[in-house]
Amino acid sequence: MSTNKSGWKKLTSMRLFMPLVCLLAIIIVATITIPGFLSISLKNGVPYGYPVDVINRASELVILAVGMTLVTAASGGQDISVGAVMAVAAAVCCQILSGGEVSVNSLSAPIIVAFLAALVASGICGAFNGLLVAKLNIQPMVATLILYTAGRGIAQLITDGQITYIRVKSYQVFGSYAGKFPIPMPVVIAIIVVIIAYAILKKTALGLYIESVGINGTASRLVGLNSTMIKFLTYLICGVLAGVAGFVASSRIYSADANNIGLNLEMDAILAVALGGNALGGGKFSLMGSVIGAYTIQALTTVLYGLNVSADQLPVYKAIVVVVIVVLQSPVFKKFIAVQKEKRTSKAAVKGGAN
Amino acid sequence: MKAKVSGTKKKINGTTFLLMITILLFVVMYAAGMIVFNDKGFAKPQMFLNLFISNAGLLVIAMGETIVMITAGIDISVGSVTALVCMVAANQMENHGASAYTALLMALVIGLLFGLIQGFLVSYLEIQPFIVTLAGMFFGRGMTSIISTDMISIKNATFMAWAKYKIYMPFGSYSKRGKFLPAYIYPTVIIAIIVLIVIMIIMKYTKFGRSVYAIGGNEQSALMMGLNVKKTKMCAYLLDGFLAGLGGFLFCMNSCAGFVEQAKGLEMDAISSAVIGGTLLSGGVGTPFGTLFGVLIKGTISSLITTQGTLSSWWVRIVLSALLCFFIVLQSVFASLKKKN
Amino acid sequence: MEGNVVLTMRDISKTFPGVKALQHVDFTLRKGEIHALMGENGAGKSTLIKVLTGVHEFENGEIRLDGKDGPIINRSPQDAQNNGISTVYQEVNLCPNLTVAENLFIGREPRKAGFIDWRTMNKRATELLESFEIDASATQKLEEVSLARQQMIAIARAVDMKCKVLILDEPTSSLDDDEVAKLFKLMNRLKGEGVGIIFVTHFLEQVYEVCDRITVLRNGELVGEYEVKDLPRVMLVAKMMGKDFDDLADIKGDHAELKEFIPVIEAEELGHKGTIKPFDMTINKGEVVGFTGLLGSGRSELVRAIYGADKADSGKLKVNGKEVKIHAPIDAMKLGMAYLPEDRKKDGIIADLSVRENIIIALQAKKGMFHPMSRKEMDEAADKYIKMLQIKTASRETPIKSLSGGNQQKVIIGRWLLTNPDFLILDEPTRGIDIGTKTEIQKLVLDLADQGMSVAFISSEVEEMLRTCSRMAVMRDGRKVGEISGDELSQEGIMKAIAGGEE
Repeated sequence: MSTNKSGWKKLTSMRLFMPLVCLLAIIIVATITIPGFLSISLKNGVPYGYPVDVINRASELVILAVGMTLVTAASGGQDISVGAVMAVAAAVCCQILSGGEVSVNSLSAPIIVAFLAALVASGICGAFNGLLVAKLNIQPMVATLILYTAGRGIAQLITDGQITYIRVKSYQVFGSYAGKFPIPMPVVIAIIVVIIAYAILKKTALGLYIESVGINGTASRLVGLNSTMIKFLTYLICGVLAGVAGFVASSRIYSADANNIGLNLEMDAILAVALGGNALGGGKFSLMGSVIGAYTIQALTTVLYGLNVSADQLPVYKAIVVVVIVVLQSPVFKKFIAVQKEKRTSKAAVKGGAN
Repeated sequence: MKAKVSGTKKKINGTTFLLMITILLFVVMYAAGMIVFNDKGFAKPQMFLNLFISNAGLLVIAMGETIVMITAGIDISVGSVTALVCMVAANQMENHGASAYTALLMALVIGLLFGLIQGFLVSYLEIQPFIVTLAGMFFGRGMTSIISTDMISIKNATFMAWAKYKIYMPFGSYSKRGKFLPAYIYPTVIIAIIVLIVIMIIMKYTKFGRSVYAIGGNEQSALMMGLNVKKTKMCAYLLDGFLAGLGGFLFCMNSCAGFVEQAKGLEMDAISSAVIGGTLLSGGVGTPFGTLFGVLIKGTISSLITTQGTLSSWWVRIVLSALLCFFIVLQSVFASLKKKN
Repeated sequence: MEGNVVLTMRDISKTFPGVKALQHVDFTLRKGEIHALMGENGAGKSTLIKVLTGVHEFENGEIRLDGKDGPIINRSPQDAQNNGISTVYQEVNLCPNLTVAENLFIGREPRKAGFIDWRTMNKRATELLESFEIDASATQKLEEVSLARQQMIAIARAVDMKCKVLILDEPTSSLDDDEVAKLFKLMNRLKGEGVGIIFVTHFLEQVYEVCDRITVLRNGELVGEYEVKDLPRVMLVAKMMGKDFDDLADIKGDHAELKEFIPVIEAEELGHKGTIKPFDMTINKGEVVGFTGLLGSGRSELVRAIYGADKADSGKLKVNGKEVKIHAPIDAMKLGMAYLPEDRKKDGIIADLSVRENIIIALQAKKGMFHPMSRKEMDEAADKYIKMLQIKTASRETPIKSLSGGNQQKVIIGRWLLTNPDFLILDEPTRGIDIGTKTEIQKLVLDLADQGMSVAFISSEVEEMLRTCSRMAVMRDGRKVGEISGDELSQEGIMKAIAGGEE
């Protein structure tokens, strides 16, 4: 009995326990509400079905969630400009590929050049955010609010207010399938990003540095860490990753739609981080948790779509989920619960004492 | 006692200096507009009044934003609240036969509800205001689209009578034929100005107003001095919500329609108006009067860009963001200078 | 309740995670008395005050106030104020962005037709400032006023509230002698008016100058309540330090005298604007040098300037004879320095990280991001110091925040020993730590010095400094005013040097 109990305790205290439970819950709800949710079939040698769709659609979110996790951990705040930065990156990428035309059937520059240029553009956005947060000590959300509002305007300017279409097969590959390879390319890209991020955190001390800076900036400085630099770095990484996500998103619709690329994704990314069991106030983090969180959010989105909720209305439900999570995470609420628990146990103790 | 020269001489501190920069900036921008766009009628008195007409709603909303920011908080839900208020008002009046009075009442109730819930989460559960109001922002916008994804134009007679009632001024301009055209304003402007004055009085002459400043200056100290920090913060968000509702309604009287994309980015306008008007992001400092100038600068930028004609409307937001960025950097520089002294 | 008693606290207990801050403490305050609350750092004085004023909740016990039937509970400072308890804290708790007048009257502003009457408020503030001889204008912003005057303003605010109980929690640390005299005059006046005053201070002279009674706390427990006239200074010190006093007496005896002087740290005219005026300082190999002075005298600021925690903006620094430039702590660490900061919670521990991570973090930072320590290396390092310093922790993976204060401090010491420093700076390493651990740390310092490490040691407790240091630098008002060594190293000698009578 006791070993059983401690085994259960061990399981529930694992970092990834709650995120996995959330994912499972959503999958159960999905299976009930959407007929045939779990079935996967093969069409033209390519797997097809809701699970594949969820995993595929979640790719951009997974990429963003990686960056958002690092930013949250190091600075205790979130980067709400990621959606707009995606639009900027997409605009830069498509503008270079089209050579300024509105719609093209052939590329005017190699894709790799456009891709790198998009990353540079998004990297500059990330560096700008990082400068404001790390160097000028501005609250992360206020600092990133600037690009959140201005970003889409900048993207519009880059594309001259047009929606640039790249009707070229080789570009569309990154948003769909590459030849006979059965896994969608966005999923492959997302996996590569996660693996690289994971490897960097494992093979360098960056993860420890980020946690340390996020928990106690002054103490970290006194043990020889460059807090400013580390915070800056996380924003830079977050910007670049938003660029990658923007590239994938634009390849999916083979165009740069400044108004719609990455729309409302900042909220999803923040949700993914929170659902992954990471405190939005910074400190210790779990990259895997955020990745699971991202898939959970995408599954939730799919369920809501299945319930005939339109894309415009999604934010209502997500906002409610966010509030519930932050309330559950808040120290005041936790304390309240602890006090309630204590009262109950002390009552029980009094009863026991009376016997 | 040690002989010391007592420091009674008036020093211009950082905050007054920032406000002076703002006022100067407004005057210079407006004067430049009058010179450059004289042929397009920028110098006419009506043009100046238009600043108030088109930004009456923003002014009211920015007042609420200023109060919240002085407590060292923030509210980024105001744009969505405005959209929701417009949509509910339009929908109620056009599709459910509600009177304009009911619509106004509903607008205020919506604002108060947002204020109540967000205020509770921020002050009593101590959740970061940014996260709370970010959720509020998405919630409000989503609710708007649940009501209707189509644009609803308002045709309600009472409402239109309010919205289009011209109050003429004793001054004006002359048309090319020499006819006198008196300048006018709409009732929205009067309401906005009344709100401005009331808020100025509240912030300067009530215990609540001063407590708001004290909390922003040092929350711990405010608590130690025996102020009820939680209640004051709650009231600040409640008032902010109310003003967002009222401002949203004024906004609606200007646009006479409700649609999902309405007032997108208005939270940014409100925040930048407050910051440009001298409100510190770190809290404790800021005045309704300063915010007025922030709003006027925002208004001037958009009328300059509209008058110019060829620039895309995106430029308004970009210029405003750049200006916000500039002022934030300026604040940060002042703060570090102060620390050194 | 007795006729002349204004406040009683009975059987008060309060626990913080890992620390029993107060255990069954009693306290009684009578009308018209000045009652000193004494104890070492971490004895529980501030906690008792904060429990009384509603800043902290307490788990056990009751508080009774004259004129109130039944026990009262102050749930917030506001409640306490309404009950007639006014407090002046060590850190000035006023709002820098408001005017002096507002800071005096906020929460109880004079009104006219419901609105704040600024004119009356400013007038009354001016009167108040005059009666307290505070050189400040009512309409000035508080941040433009010097810290000492801010403290006087805080006192004026508390006194003006017509309280029954006035709490002064170390209010004199930023005041000069004239201001202290002024404060004492005021305290005596209030005493005459029947106000009960609780006075927390660590200046013994002040206690004997102005107080009637003394309550001594030690390690969160009540030692006793005494009349001032019945308790000579030595006895008071003994009560504060506890019985173990004798055990500590001589740990220096069996340690070697320094034979040759090889300078490790040489500072010439080193300074940091606003915190520490330029100073000269030499620290030799294998030497324990103490820095003594009152709180805020610049003792911490001096070592911070050497370590680069506050980047020095004037002067030269030589390490092992070579001139160096230190821009940030990491530079100092690479030169073999280590720094245990004064405020353990704020600057020392990284709360959510494990004991293991807290131990290896400094070495890891020194190695650089691209040379991560392997898990095995980390485990070995952590285990080594947990064993060596006898750190009481459930495991090396326990978050440091769930350890007791003393064990947290040992983890930080382990963190720095792991970097194998030549020069170790310890700023109040024993604050808020039980006596046993204190002795251990003191012994460790002497052992390290024997092994050739140079140590800078800062402590508010003169006794402790005497036991460990072979030389002491004396600090006053942000300036190094002298050094003492040899025969001058005695309680009296140090007190004299700090007070500055001999200059």
